[in-house]
Amino acid sequence: MSRYRRRRVMNRAMEVLATVAALVAVAALAVVVISVARRGAGAVSWDFFTKPQALFGQPGGGIANALVGTALLVLLATAMALPVGVLTAIYLTEFAPRRLAVPIQVVIDVLAGLPTIVIGIFVYALLVIGHTQSGYAGAFALAVIMLPLIARATQEVLLLVPGTLREASLALGVRRWRTVVGVILPSSVGGILTGTVLAVARAAGETAPLLFTSSIFANTVQTDVTKALPNIPVLIFTYSEQPDPALHQQAWAAALVLMAFVLVASLAAKALLARSRRKLAR
Amino acid sequence: MSAVPTTSPLQARRRLRGRLGDLSLHGLTLAAALACLVLVGAIAWKIVALAGPSFDRFGLGFVTARAWDPVKHVFGALPFIYGTAVSSLVALVIATPLAIAIGLYLSELAPRGVRGIVGSLVELLAAIPSVVLGLWGILVLGPFLAHHVEPWLHSTLGFIPLFGDPQQTGQGLFTAAVILTIMIVPIVASISRELFLGVPSDLEEGALALGATRWEMVRGVILPATRSGIAAAVILGLGRAVGEAIAVTQVIGGGTRIGWSLFPPADTLASKIASSYQGAGSGIETSSLLYLAAILLVLGLIANLIAQVIVRRFDPLRGTRE
Repeated sequence: MSRYRRRRVMNRAMEVLATVAALVAVAALAVVVISVARRGAGAVSWDFFTKPQALFGQPGGGIANALVGTALLVLLATAMALPVGVLTAIYLTEFAPRRLAVPIQVVIDVLAGLPTIVIGIFVYALLVIGHTQSGYAGAFALAVIMLPLIARATQEVLLLVPGTLREASLALGVRRWRTVVGVILPSSVGGILTGTVLAVARAAGETAPLLFTSSIFANTVQTDVTKALPNIPVLIFTYSEQPDPALHQQAWAAALVLMAFVLVASLAAKALLARSRRKLAR
Repeated sequence: MSAVPTTSPLQARRRLRGRLGDLSLHGLTLAAALACLVLVGAIAWKIVALAGPSFDRFGLGFVTARAWDPVKHVFGALPFIYGTAVSSLVALVIATPLAIAIGLYLSELAPRGVRGIVGSLVELLAAIPSVVLGLWGILVLGPFLAHHVEPWLHSTLGFIPLFGDPQQTGQGLFTAAVILTIMIVPIVASISRELFLGVPSDLEEGALALGATRWEMVRGVILPATRSGIAAAVILGLGRAVGEAIAVTQVIGGGTRIGWSLFPPADTLASKIASSYQGAGSGIETSSLLYLAAILLVLGLIANLIAQVIVRRFDPLRGTRE
């Protein structure tokens, strides 16, 4: 009987440990979110969103220039990554012969796993050395990060499209390209969209690719993509390295804005994804 | 097809259009896929090419050289390799058991209603931008570790050389390792959850029917069945930890010290590159930074490929049709 009890105690202990581990992870999220919210909320105001960064050493100012810049960078990056990512996914699921599918899949997974700083320094070497930092260099670096995310998400939904739908279309004598454009893509557009939103959320918070490509910028609203665009992640990064508590306050508030955007976008995308999956599975 | 007796010009045109459409979609998608191949090739080529001058000058000895002196133009990667190895390994040692336990909780223990909520909260942890985590690390976590955790570790476990004198600022290897832990736990936990859920329930129920407790079932059935998948997840986590630049740069403090204690400031390969963004002085310094990037690239590739090989052993054509 004592052996039986020992086994039950062991079982119980492990159950408690696993529960505690899950609690620790949730607590970590809560602690980070709450401390950012508590420290940042004080500085968030109308002015914070509508005024550009203050000149060095002057009080006040906001993040308007960085907000505009980040929006532009992410928009440009999406415009570059979305078509390539979706087309690559279509190639992999609809056309690729085995011996090409495997290496391309491997390359996409490699791209997804590359350190973002390496991508940043690659774009620096490609587009910045010999020129200057620019918005399009930054956007290109972000696009390299978004590309594998969009390609994978698209692949996943394309594979969820029921084979019967595709076969029915082909059996009616519909050409392959019309099947893809008219049948397969429309039924997977929801999934592609949510994959893109997740990639946007990821790109909006990336700092490493922008450090070398779009980090030395003016504190005015800038929409010229041939110049370095101000952006939120680099602003937080540089402020966090300064000793000035007023700048820390601004960094917290910017972090709160960024984090709120990223978390809301991720949650919304995941909810949408679950819905479009259910629709396809039906 | 030639057996069809008559083909009106309209049909012929339509067939031609169909064939052209097929060809152009095929060509377009192939071009996009090849662009991905070219991109990865270009990344490797460009970085190796720019690291060239430094490689010519220092050779492979760069990897084991300890100095990083922009004034004397002497550069070596050893301090950063040390920083990368220590911070990632410490993070992995803390994160792996934690993440597996979370995976087990989510797949085996959690009540239905809680499962989805806790699962998405853990995934949200992975969505927090690293610069935000770094900001929190430098201003909240670092001081907390420096004033509470490090002195305690030093006084109770100080006989182990890993726990040397605590730091005043809270910037150092240990803080970086804790931040990295927070970043890799959700990754490893979500993959392990999927793995655990994939274990056939016949096996699990069989073990339980034979009288095993839940923990014995986990140890005897679930963990052995998913061992290699967990290894792949851990390697992916390691790759993430090795490559993380921003949050680590913010909390690690910077420096070229190599020693036993976990608490003093240091630098990783990625953080050294990131912290030099405002422009390296000389050409050879820039080239040496790219040499660091090349080492990082190789490490990242190795981790990635090993993980993929493990995963693909089970599913060689994941993500393709036919």
